[in-house]
Amino acid sequence: MGYPHKTHPKETPILSKYFGEPQARTLEGWKQRGGYRALQQALGMTPADIVNVVKESGLRGRGGAGFPTGSKWSFMKPGDGKAHYLCVNADESEPGTFKDREIMRWTPHALLEGTAIAAYAIGAEVAYIYIRGEFTEPLRVMEAAVKEAYDAGILGKNAMGSGQRIDVHVHRGAGAYICGEETALMNSLEGRRGNPRIKPPFPAVAGLFGQPTTINNVETLAAVPHILNNGAAWYKALCLSNPKSTGSKLFSVCGNVSRPGNYEVTMGFPFKDFLYDLCGGPLPGRKFKAVIPGGSSVPIQTMEEAEGTLMDYEGFVAKGTMLGSGGVIIFDDSQCMVKHIARFARFYAHESCAQCTQCREGTAWTTKILERIEAGGGTMQDFDTLLELADNMTGKTICVLSDSCAAPVVSGIQKFKHEFEAHITGKRCPYRATAAA
Amino acid sequence: MAHSGGDSIGEIPYRPVFVGAMKEELDALLGRYPTKMAALLPTLWMVQRERGWVSEEAMVEVAQVLELTPAYVKGVVTFYTMYHQHPVGRYFIQVCTTSPCGACGAEKVVETLLDKTGCGDLGATSPDGRFTVIEVECLGACGFATPILVNDEFIESVTPEKVPQILSQFK
Repeated sequence: MGYPHKTHPKETPILSKYFGEPQARTLEGWKQRGGYRALQQALGMTPADIVNVVKESGLRGRGGAGFPTGSKWSFMKPGDGKAHYLCVNADESEPGTFKDREIMRWTPHALLEGTAIAAYAIGAEVAYIYIRGEFTEPLRVMEAAVKEAYDAGILGKNAMGSGQRIDVHVHRGAGAYICGEETALMNSLEGRRGNPRIKPPFPAVAGLFGQPTTINNVETLAAVPHILNNGAAWYKALCLSNPKSTGSKLFSVCGNVSRPGNYEVTMGFPFKDFLYDLCGGPLPGRKFKAVIPGGSSVPIQTMEEAEGTLMDYEGFVAKGTMLGSGGVIIFDDSQCMVKHIARFARFYAHESCAQCTQCREGTAWTTKILERIEAGGGTMQDFDTLLELADNMTGKTICVLSDSCAAPVVSGIQKFKHEFEAHITGKRCPYRATAAA
Repeated sequence: MAHSGGDSIGEIPYRPVFVGAMKEELDALLGRYPTKMAALLPTLWMVQRERGWVSEEAMVEVAQVLELTPAYVKGVVTFYTMYHQHPVGRYFIQVCTTSPCGACGAEKVVETLLDKTGCGDLGATSPDGRFTVIEVECLGACGFATPILVNDEFIESVTPEKVPQILSQFK
């Protein structure tokens, strides 16, 4: 069952199979759909065996970076006498991305089950699910699911009668994009301002409360029960292109498109089929112009690039961008690219934590220049200024927020320079009259 | 959302938030974390739930119950966008205007909301005290443009045409 659309025959509905089905939200409904069998099985295995299965499956982080999940877990050394923590990153705030929201809204127990398995595998007795403050419905649904799981003895001092303590707490953020950065999230959870930390030390050495910590994305953890239930070989076989990218992936689709929503496909699926077949192509009378395939932080693709892309970690890189969070933002021919790139820059300027000069100043300057160009006050020298700023914002700060601001600017100037030039020479936005209502 | 809080920057004496049931709720919350400081965000949420905003006096109280300094608490409050540092309308409306929603007409939704609520300006409260409207960055529901958040109620796919009917639900 799909949400908000029916599942397309070309989809691979694993995580999204029960989206739109309210009964799947309850513990009873989840158990009827095979829920908590994987946790039961996991609690009878050694943590090292679980880590090995996940390693073998090829599962990689679904939050943006694509780091191999099993390897990440293996950095947590058992028996070091320290308290270990698991953080679940449910601070989904990357513009264009709304997949974790649907996982939490429709299948909260899938996330809880994956969370409990991961906690056990990394030797953590406590896990925190950090949910962005604006996600009021996912918060309510997750809190209800946690309560059900405690009442049923699935969580708590003696999880499913195993003797293992697994506590899971939901923690509400309060409006800060940067808290999706893993060390900022940990600072925020500790009751601090959400400033990212300098690494090293990495979270596996000194993370939450200074203790060894693993942080995983919602979608990553929701996939774990399926891997234990069906086996690493099954998951690994879900692959249409590069063997380094396995499993299914949720892509959120938004912008100027016929059927926006979430779609789940096997890694390596052709992007062209995805855009025109699954998502229904452009709105009537329109043409697609540009795609940002992995949330606003990744480089923009032209349609020529996008239509030749295979949807996996390597496939997007091969076509000049990244898979990122899987948030596909589509702009059609009615849209002004300068306006949207300026708006993205404004987003990053607003969300900069302001620790690093390059980011605090760079995001603000970039925004001002882009908005001036969009308003018709640009000059040809602005290209050099913008690209120099972008260079100073890339790879020079504590976290990658400023790099993320630079990515759409650099790729936008490369691929849509004519639109910038039209603004500068015409001293006005050529799209103003035809902008979509 | 309760907006009956008596705390003000004026004559009405400050009434502590963390007494009775609220104190019990706070104590249960503290059990989830190894430090008191970690309970700061949820504690501030409790204040906002009870009083509708987080006043300077409330920050002092929160500092006391969590063994922090008021300046530290204020530093955290001001980092996050969702804590109100001044009273707001009974219904606080957040509208997403980030690019994906912008491409689908979010600007017109904002204009219509400002007009129909009587707020006039972003961040201003309507003369009847009913509404405050602000623009926010990505609400994480980009496929359902334009999403708005009215207090804790998330509403998807808002268009200018739907605004009057939506507003009529919030008296």
